[in-house]
Amino acid sequence: MVNQRPTYYEEIERKGYSRRDFLKFCSMITAYMGASQLGIAQVAEAMETTPRIPIIWLHFQECTCCSESFIRSSHPIVADILMDQISLDYTETLMAASGHQAELAKEETMKKYKGEYILCVEGTVPTAENGVYCCIGGKTAHQVLEEAAEGAKAIIAWGTCASSGCVQAAKPNPTTATPIHKIIKNKPIVRVPGCPPIGEVMAGVVVHLVTFGTLPELDGSKRPKAFYSKRVHDSCHRRPYFDAGLFVETFDDENAKKGYCLYKVGCKGPVTYNSCGIIKWNNGVSNPIQSGHGCFSCSEDDYWDNGSLYSRTTGYAGFGIESDADEVGKIALGATAVGIGAHAVATNIRKRKLISDLIDEDETQKES
Amino acid sequence: MQKSNASNLKRVFVWELPVRVYHWVNALVLVVLVATGFWIANPPAIQSSDEASLRYLMGWVRHIHFVSAYIFVFNFIFRLYWGFVGNRYASWKSFIPTNIHFFERIWSVLKVDILMIKDKRKGYHTAGHNAMAGLVYFGMFFVFMVSIVTGFGLYADMSTWFLPQMFDWVPHMFGGDAQVRHIHHVATWVTILFTVVHVYLVMYHDYVEGNGEVSSMFGGWKFMSEGYVEHTKEQQKNKKKKKELV
Ligand code: SF4
Ligand code: SF4
Repeated sequence: MVNQRPTYYEEIERKGYSRRDFLKFCSMITAYMGASQLGIAQVAEAMETTPRIPIIWLHFQECTCCSESFIRSSHPIVADILMDQISLDYTETLMAASGHQAELAKEETMKKYKGEYILCVEGTVPTAENGVYCCIGGKTAHQVLEEAAEGAKAIIAWGTCASSGCVQAAKPNPTTATPIHKIIKNKPIVRVPGCPPIGEVMAGVVVHLVTFGTLPELDGSKRPKAFYSKRVHDSCHRRPYFDAGLFVETFDDENAKKGYCLYKVGCKGPVTYNSCGIIKWNNGVSNPIQSGHGCFSCSEDDYWDNGSLYSRTTGYAGFGIESDADEVGKIALGATAVGIGAHAVATNIRKRKLISDLIDEDETQKES
Repeated sequence: MQKSNASNLKRVFVWELPVRVYHWVNALVLVVLVATGFWIANPPAIQSSDEASLRYLMGWVRHIHFVSAYIFVFNFIFRLYWGFVGNRYASWKSFIPTNIHFFERIWSVLKVDILMIKDKRKGYHTAGHNAMAGLVYFGMFFVFMVSIVTGFGLYADMSTWFLPQMFDWVPHMFGGDAQVRHIHHVATWVTILFTVVHVYLVMYHDYVEGNGEVSSMFGGWKFMSEGYVEHTKEQQKNKKKKKELV
């Protein structure tokens, strides 16, 4: 089956979807990718003509929320075709095979499709103590990753773990959990942050890769621009309340009931790039801010270390967890005031003669 | 300290008009920027039964912040330019230490003004800002740069104009907006502390030396002893001679 490499469309047909379903899927995914209407035909054509690209999906230090999010993305074709065992040659969580059989399947894919397959990675790679903190099939995560990356066409780093470290890399990071782009330097890498990323975002990235055979357009942090070029804040439905200066002061106040902006209860939407306000979650049902909770910046680097999840300020180690730039600033201002006071007193003591001399001089001149 | 002679004070023109305008525009926009900045960081609780569509308070505060920031930037660029064409008190050479004498003068200032001990050399006494002040202003140059770069970095993604968009790389470099915002705050605090000390020291110098330090930033004139004026004249003559010889 793998040898013949059917096209995506053939697989979709085989699964019993109608042409209509297929086109619906194409238009949906094209819209998510941020392409224009013309892109629909392109996606459809690519899916009809290109043989499916094998995917190897590795799991390291993670919680599998990315996979969970992906298989729940709104269109069933995503899960069926891109994610089930046909398209996915190896993934610990979902494959039928196990043990040696599974490892064999992976090695075969890596050999047969060298330079063609896409490597998806979920989770961080621990590098402390030679990587003993995460071993799969007798190899360390580091080894597994390097072997698989060797022949990969491109790598997708799923979620905040693989793209920036997430909670396991939070200080003091006991296992030296490391995101993928800090280990693999010589391959094109797409970072798709979020804890987890939105399922449709993941589908959009995969479809772009497999249909066009190229990486989607990336920003300076290697994130696909189509999904990460806007702040949550700039696409938030509570934004008019922000601009009006109407804020929720506590989670249980009248303003919260009215649906005011969550800025003052620590919403980090203003510093977070993601599509939560546009694509939303769970098939577009809602998003965290819609349900009354501020964004806590799950898709940004170091989000566990950037201060409390409920405040936008970043703490300083050594000044107490809650102290941020403003706290330190206020203390420094106080110290400065004390210093100035002391200096003013000292001036009047030590330079008294100098000043009185000036005055005397002036007076003698007037007299003469 | 020079024994100044009240009868023999001479007017010296120190701060040219562009320098004075720069200074006061800068002072004004900094006050506005700091005030609106703190407002944006932690807006006060205002209760209102208005619909959001009737109000734009936060929007206006942000707008004022951004407009002031633009004025601040262009004013700053203008001052950099004036550092090359202005008089010797405005010149970049009075900010950036280029030789060992600069540091000697700084030490002399520290001795007289901070440690309050006698210093026999009179080198530090100048009609422009003293060597220590020059170096601190040079430091503030970098703090302003940090404010500008982080500010535009945060602003870039909301803007369609090329100037702020040129700073698109900033959040990517520092690992996200949260970090950039943090640095922006730190730079703000440094500016506040600088301002407090600066204002105090201006009054201190005015009080101790009686040269018209405070009013000089309005009219441009300072009052220096005859001895000082002649001394500087001679120095300049010597410099010219040296140049001619070369
Ligand atoms: S709720 Fe958060 S993201 Fe939405 S407008 Fe307010 S601060 Fe911005
Ligand atoms: S609203 Fe913020 S914290 Fe919540 S999922 Fe979106 S990016 Fe993550």
